[in-house]
Amino acid sequence: MSEKLINLENIHKDYGGKTVLDNLNLYVRDKEFVTLLGPSGCGKTTTLRIIGGFETPSAGVVYFDGKNINDVPPNKRPINTVFQNYALFNHLNVYDNIAFGLRIQKVRESEIKDRVNRMLKLVSLPDYGQRSIDRLSGGEKQRIAIARALVNHPRVLLLDEPLAALDLKLRKEMQRELKAIQQQVGITFVFVTHDQEEALTMSDTIVVMNKGRIQQIGTPVDIYNEPKNAFVANFIGESNIVPGVMHRDKLVSFCGRTFDCLDGGFAPDEPVDVVVRPEDFEMVPPEEGQLTGTVRSLLFMGVHYEIMVETEQFTWTVHSINRADVGDRVGLYLTPDDIHIMHRS
Amino acid sequence: MKPKNGKGGRLLTFLLFFFLYAPILVLIVFSFNSTKSRTVWTGFTFDWYVKLFNNDAILSALYTTLLVSVLAAVLATVAGTFAAVGIFNMKRRNRELMLQVNNIPVVNADIITGVSLCILFVFLGKMLGFELGFGTLLIAHVTFNIPYVILSVLPKLRQLDNNLFEAAQDLGCSWMQAFFKVILPEIWPGVTSGLLMAFTLSIDDFVISYFTAGSVETLSMRIYAMTKKRISPEINAISTILFLTILLLLVVINVREVRQEKKAAGKN
Repeated sequence: MSEKLINLENIHKDYGGKTVLDNLNLYVRDKEFVTLLGPSGCGKTTTLRIIGGFETPSAGVVYFDGKNINDVPPNKRPINTVFQNYALFNHLNVYDNIAFGLRIQKVRESEIKDRVNRMLKLVSLPDYGQRSIDRLSGGEKQRIAIARALVNHPRVLLLDEPLAALDLKLRKEMQRELKAIQQQVGITFVFVTHDQEEALTMSDTIVVMNKGRIQQIGTPVDIYNEPKNAFVANFIGESNIVPGVMHRDKLVSFCGRTFDCLDGGFAPDEPVDVVVRPEDFEMVPPEEGQLTGTVRSLLFMGVHYEIMVETEQFTWTVHSINRADVGDRVGLYLTPDDIHIMHRS
Repeated sequence: MKPKNGKGGRLLTFLLFFFLYAPILVLIVFSFNSTKSRTVWTGFTFDWYVKLFNNDAILSALYTTLLVSVLAAVLATVAGTFAAVGIFNMKRRNRELMLQVNNIPVVNADIITGVSLCILFVFLGKMLGFELGFGTLLIAHVTFNIPYVILSVLPKLRQLDNNLFEAAQDLGCSWMQAFFKVILPEIWPGVTSGLLMAFTLSIDDFVISYFTAGSVETLSMRIYAMTKKRISPEINAISTILFLTILLLLVVINVREVRQEKKAAGKN
C-alpha cells in the first residue's frame, strides 16, 4: 500500500488564461480507492483527465510507477476510464462493447469470450451479452461501462461521476457494489464526485478540492472529524463555524465562554475558527447547558430533527432525536471531543 | 389546435396536388400511348421504351449520368463526412461561420453556381490546358453535393456522447482506429443518407451540368436537346423512368429517416 503508483507533481492547468489547477500535488497508492471530491468547477474532473491522458498539464509532471508519462497518449496508458454518461458504443451489442478493448489488443477470440463472460458475471449481468445498448436501463449501462473498462485488466480505473445519473436508491446500491468490485479485482480506483456522502462511504482516501486547489487529503474519518478549514467543514456534512480564541493548548473560548477541547499547537491567544457538528450537541434543560438559547425553527428529517437554536451570539444548527418546540428555551452541552479547532482562513 | 378541413380547404388541397402531379401523370400515361399524339389516347404500347433502349445517344447519356452520379456521390460523401467532423470540432465562432458558408451553395440559384463554375473551369482550362468535359462535370457535381452531405452528417455528430472518441482511445484505439471503429459506425446512418441525397441530386441535375459538361451529355441534357427538335414520346418514356427513379430514392431516404426517428424515440 505504500508505493506511489500515480504521482502528480506541481500540476498547473490553464484554459485560455484561466487557472483550473493550481500547483496540485497528489499521489495515489496501489490498490487504493481515492476520491476527488469538490463542487463543480473545482478541477476534479480535469485532474482525472490529466491522469487518463485526455488533457496535458500546462506545467508539472505526471508519474506512473515512477516514470514520467506526460507524453504518453491515453491509448498507451495502463489506465481505463468509466465516463460520466457511460460513452457506450450504440452500434455494438453488450458483448462487443466489452470485447472492444481486447480486440484492439488482438487478443484471441477464445480468450476474449472467457474474459467477457467473467466480467458480465462480475457486474451481475451474466446473460446480457447479446442485448443491444439502447435496451439497457441506466444502472445496467453503468455496469457494462465498468465491465468494458475492467476487462482490459488496467492498473488503475478512473471513474468520472459515474453514479450522478442514477436515482438515489440505485446510487446507494451501486456504491456498495463498486466498492465490492474494487476489493474483488484489487486495483486502484480514482473516483470523482461532488457527493460528500458517496465519498465518505466508498473511499480509502478523500481529496477535497476547491477552486483548483487541494484543500485536504485524508481518510474519510479524518476529513469528517478534523476538517482543516471552513470550506472542508462546510462541504463535508453540515457544520457550525464560529470565531473563537485559542488561549493555550486544549483551552478555547467562543460565544463568551471557555471550553476544554483536545486540539493544540496554536500560538497563545490565536484567533481561530471553531467547528461543531450539528449532531454533536446534546440538548439539555437550560440550566444544565453551557450555552442557552431559544428554538427558532424545527424540521423533521426522518431519523432526527433539525433544530435552529438562537443564542446571544450565534444561531446553531442542532440535530437531535429529541423534539423541542419553537419558542422553547433549551441548553446545549458539548464535551471536549465535540469541539474542533481550525486555523482562521 | 387543429384547423377544420372545410370544403374550401379540401378544394384548395385538391387543386394544389392536381397542378403539381397531373402533368406528371399525363406524361407517364402518354409514355404508353401507341401513336405520337400527345392529346388522344390510341392504345397501349411499350414501343417507346423499346426504342429508348435502342437509342445510342440516350444510352450514352444515361451511362454518363449514372457514372457521374455514383462517382460524385461517393467522393462528396467522403469529403463531406470529413468536413463535417472538422466543422463539428471547431470553436463555436468558426463553426457558425463555416455553417453559413456551407449553406450558401444550398440556397444559391443553380444557374449562378453553374455559370460561376463554368467561368472558373474555362479560366483554369486556358491556364492549365484542359477543356470542359467529364472531369469538370464531375468536379461540379462533387462541389454542389458536399454541402448536403455535411448537413446530413452534422446532426448525427451532435447526437454522439461527448466522450465517445475518448472512450475509444481509452480502450486502446489510435486516432484513426477511434474514427473508423467507433465514430464512423455511429454516424453511419447520416453518412448513407448524405450519399443517397447526393446521388439523387446528381441524377436529376440539369442546370449545373449544362454549364460544366462541355461536349459530354447527361440524361437531363439529352432530354432537353430532344425537346428542341421534334418532340418524340421517347421523351415521355425517359422522363417517366427518371421520375420513378428519383421518387424511389426519395422514398428510401424518407423511410430511413422515419425509422431512425422511431429508433431514437424508442431509446428514451
